[in-house]
Amino acid sequence: MTTSEESTKSDAATKHGQIDNDQKPVGFGRMLRKEDPRLIRGLGTFVDDVDLPGMLHLAILRSPYAHAEIVSIDVSAAQAHPKVKAVITGADLAEQGLAWMPTLSNDVQAVLATDKVRFAYQEVAFVVAEDRYSARDALELIEVDYKPLPVVIDVRKALDADAEVIRTDLEVKTDNHCFDWETGDREATEAVFADAEVVVSEEVIYPRVHPAPMETCGAVADVERVSGKLTLWCTTQAPHAHRTVYALVAGLPEHKIRIIAPDIGGGFGNKVPIYPGYVCAIVASLVIGKPVKWMEDRTENLVSTGFARDYVMKGEIAATKDGKIRAIRTSVLADHGAFNGVAAPTKYPAGFFGVFTGSYDLEAAYADMTAVFTNKAPGGVAYACSFRITEAVYLVERMVDILAYELDMDPAELRLKNFIQPDQFPYETKTGWVYDSGDYEPAMRKAMEMIGYDELRKEQADKRERGELMGIGISFFTEAVGAGPRKDMDILGLGMADGCELRIHPTGKAVVRLSVKTQGQGHETTFAQIVAEEIGVPVEDIDVVQGDTDNTPFGLGTYGSRSTPVSGAAAALVARKVRDKAQIIASGMLEVSVADLEWQKGSFQVKGDPTKSVTIQDIAMRAHGAGDLPEGLEGGLEAQICYNPENLTYPFGAYICVVDVDPQTAEVKVRRFVAVDDCGTQINPMIIEGQVHGGLADGVGMALMEMIAFDELGNCLAGSLMDYLIPTAMEVPDWETGHTVTPSPHHPIGAKGIGESATVGSPPAIVNAVVDALRPFGIRHADMPLTPSRVWETMQGNHQAPI
Amino acid sequence: MQVSMEINGEQRSDEIEPRMLLVHYLRDVVRLTGTHWGCDTSNCGTCVVLIDGEPVKSCTTLAAMASGHRVTTVEGLEVDGVLDPVQEGFMACHGLQCGFCTPGMMLTARALLNENADPSAEEIREAISGQICRCTGYSTIVRSIQWTAMAEDEAREQSVYLAASGTGSQA
Ligand code: FES
Ligand code: FES
Repeated sequence: MTTSEESTKSDAATKHGQIDNDQKPVGFGRMLRKEDPRLIRGLGTFVDDVDLPGMLHLAILRSPYAHAEIVSIDVSAAQAHPKVKAVITGADLAEQGLAWMPTLSNDVQAVLATDKVRFAYQEVAFVVAEDRYSARDALELIEVDYKPLPVVIDVRKALDADAEVIRTDLEVKTDNHCFDWETGDREATEAVFADAEVVVSEEVIYPRVHPAPMETCGAVADVERVSGKLTLWCTTQAPHAHRTVYALVAGLPEHKIRIIAPDIGGGFGNKVPIYPGYVCAIVASLVIGKPVKWMEDRTENLVSTGFARDYVMKGEIAATKDGKIRAIRTSVLADHGAFNGVAAPTKYPAGFFGVFTGSYDLEAAYADMTAVFTNKAPGGVAYACSFRITEAVYLVERMVDILAYELDMDPAELRLKNFIQPDQFPYETKTGWVYDSGDYEPAMRKAMEMIGYDELRKEQADKRERGELMGIGISFFTEAVGAGPRKDMDILGLGMADGCELRIHPTGKAVVRLSVKTQGQGHETTFAQIVAEEIGVPVEDIDVVQGDTDNTPFGLGTYGSRSTPVSGAAAALVARKVRDKAQIIASGMLEVSVADLEWQKGSFQVKGDPTKSVTIQDIAMRAHGAGDLPEGLEGGLEAQICYNPENLTYPFGAYICVVDVDPQTAEVKVRRFVAVDDCGTQINPMIIEGQVHGGLADGVGMALMEMIAFDELGNCLAGSLMDYLIPTAMEVPDWETGHTVTPSPHHPIGAKGIGESATVGSPPAIVNAVVDALRPFGIRHADMPLTPSRVWETMQGNHQAPI
Repeated sequence: MQVSMEINGEQRSDEIEPRMLLVHYLRDVVRLTGTHWGCDTSNCGTCVVLIDGEPVKSCTTLAAMASGHRVTTVEGLEVDGVLDPVQEGFMACHGLQCGFCTPGMMLTARALLNENADPSAEEIREAISGQICRCTGYSTIVRSIQWTAMAEDEAREQSVYLAASGTGSQA
């Protein structure tokens, strides 16, 4: 950022309580973002902005049926279109052995359907043409003859004996069973339930939703004819993982694949999987020898790319009469769509759902799950959550509120009574997760104080007298993020570690290269801050390189809030490695022993003598200069590491929401929302606040508006932003945020990750608030999305489950 | 067909297909890629540009409809190296994350502030209600626009003061 920009805004900025970057810290603290100057000028480079000489455009023909045999495909008319360069079907790909590709959970998915289509809008053929419009025109000219088959849409009927088998491609499949999974101790849990004073149970549904980033998915593939090198500009959150998968699938040598993730217009998990469109673009460029662009439209994004959730959860809590929660148990039916495309570590087919024990100290817990195939789009991505934690947190926080209802206890008091206590950390849950650190009560009390909990309850009592419907909802969540220790976490066999490389140039400027990739989280700023904090080079002197596999070290990418916990740790440690070397060089420069030096952020100083010191910039010049270096030391000032986290990190938070429900229209208005988050050490509070805000809006969407619904024929009813409702500025309140700081003991800087906390924590707070508002109707549960019609029917005693 | 319009102060003419949308004309023909595209149904507003100063969804406008008019895209906000205060506001208040909705949001903000120099938070929310941001949760966008309103107000006061004290001409 230039100084002139700084000065024009700084006056007004400070006056209005905003930040003044002239006073920016070297390291952690509020700081304007390094990525903004290009983005506010419209000079970002998103995938669709990439325009290469001779580039062609690809469009995909999709199935109108959810389940049908492909009898024949006639592409002749499309091929005859004057601007069409190629039309490719599944049969063409099958000849090359490319008709199927692996999913991130060791299943396979059709790139283009060959035998039959298994979900509506499945990819059937593609056209490559000179421009976008002609490619779309030519799709209309392809004739496909389908023979419709019975569809399996209702997850509860997927395993019926007469259900049509979807995965006929898998030799041994005689039903629609995908996998079974369990966790916890069944007998111990049964024993607690058998002698419990109080048991509550409820079916709690987390409907299918979609991350729907504002930028849809797409790619530009460019295969150089002579070298055979593929460059793929791609909307990916995990460029290195994608490269390796392409190498394994397409048999391309890995060094001949370069993935570039340029500016990404939001990801939220949607841009983790590999989609058929990317593979089609690569194939097209290989076949035609020209660069090929594929950008999906919004409908394609909503109906065919990674959805999230879709869990039907039967929950049960065993407790004492005075509100001590003793055990929790759940049985889950999971809808995985037509192909198992879940993006979760291999050993965790249900992701980290095992944290459904929440923030409470229990005697026992048990979950079992059956996952099935249906004629719906594949996916199961972590939509702004760490692998199914959103579902787990929603379940436990909804169930705790139901228990409060049954015991006629205040839900805040019930939670406070059951929290894991600070001296119990590290705390091993009954499902085997080791929570690294936590101090829950102060966060809960802070949220209650910020929102004025007691007064709100009084206001609510008055309003109830007058027949007004006001609700107060609480959720307290613990997240498990930063996957993960490589001994038990991998994706398709790739350990979930992240590399980082730091190089200090002779003049003391630096470049840090990451394996992770921002989609808006602000890595260019926060990672520069981490390095600045550790080596004292100012943030503006540090260039952050990311999203280019040729120029960054290997690592698994940005999702599941793993950037700060894993890659952030890597950045801190690589900087410390550089600092250690700098210290040795400094000892030579100052002619003292290494032990006699102390680090003052940015320089080494002789202990007790502030007049004798050298800056990191002096040291960098010496490291590259012609002068002597201490015995045995190589020149240069750089290092690389690959960080393997020893544990996950466990951020937590207390959220309280106030809603008003219109008794006439059943419309829910979120009046206030207080979020107190604890993500450990804070790197840039401005960015943290932004991350929380975004997640809270997502929560409003999921709780009140969003659902990927289907009709009985398997047509997706949410294929546009007119039908899939995302909150605008009108549906969300002005967020109120606060924080506590409980550092992670095993993370080098104590940071825990924040990107997804609010998406995880907010839906139960909002649903709990709406259900609380409906208490005068004797209601203790209602399912998302709480649209006016569902709320209205619930008020009439006629609640309809969404699935 | 031939279209000609003034884009960010520069007149230009191009031969295009009659069906070409303004968003594609700006992005693919003029190669101003700051205007984005995010939906098929005129819901997201990532494509908003100003036509004769009014915010318009360029995905729902034929390029031909803009012919003979004045179009402002995000690239036109900065003039002679000086950022529009709206751009300053979005940076100062963290009004953007991925930056995909940002050009449209800023142009709507510019049009709003031109009409109403001191909008309330509700008026700002209403003005951007045809646009979606999936990242920010909107509070920081509202703050960014409020920041801009205040900064512009201060700049106006400053220039009145300078004019009154006779130093305006040198400023
Ligand atoms: S692209 Fe979505 S409204 Fe124009
Ligand atoms: S900043 Fe990403 S959509 Fe608004």
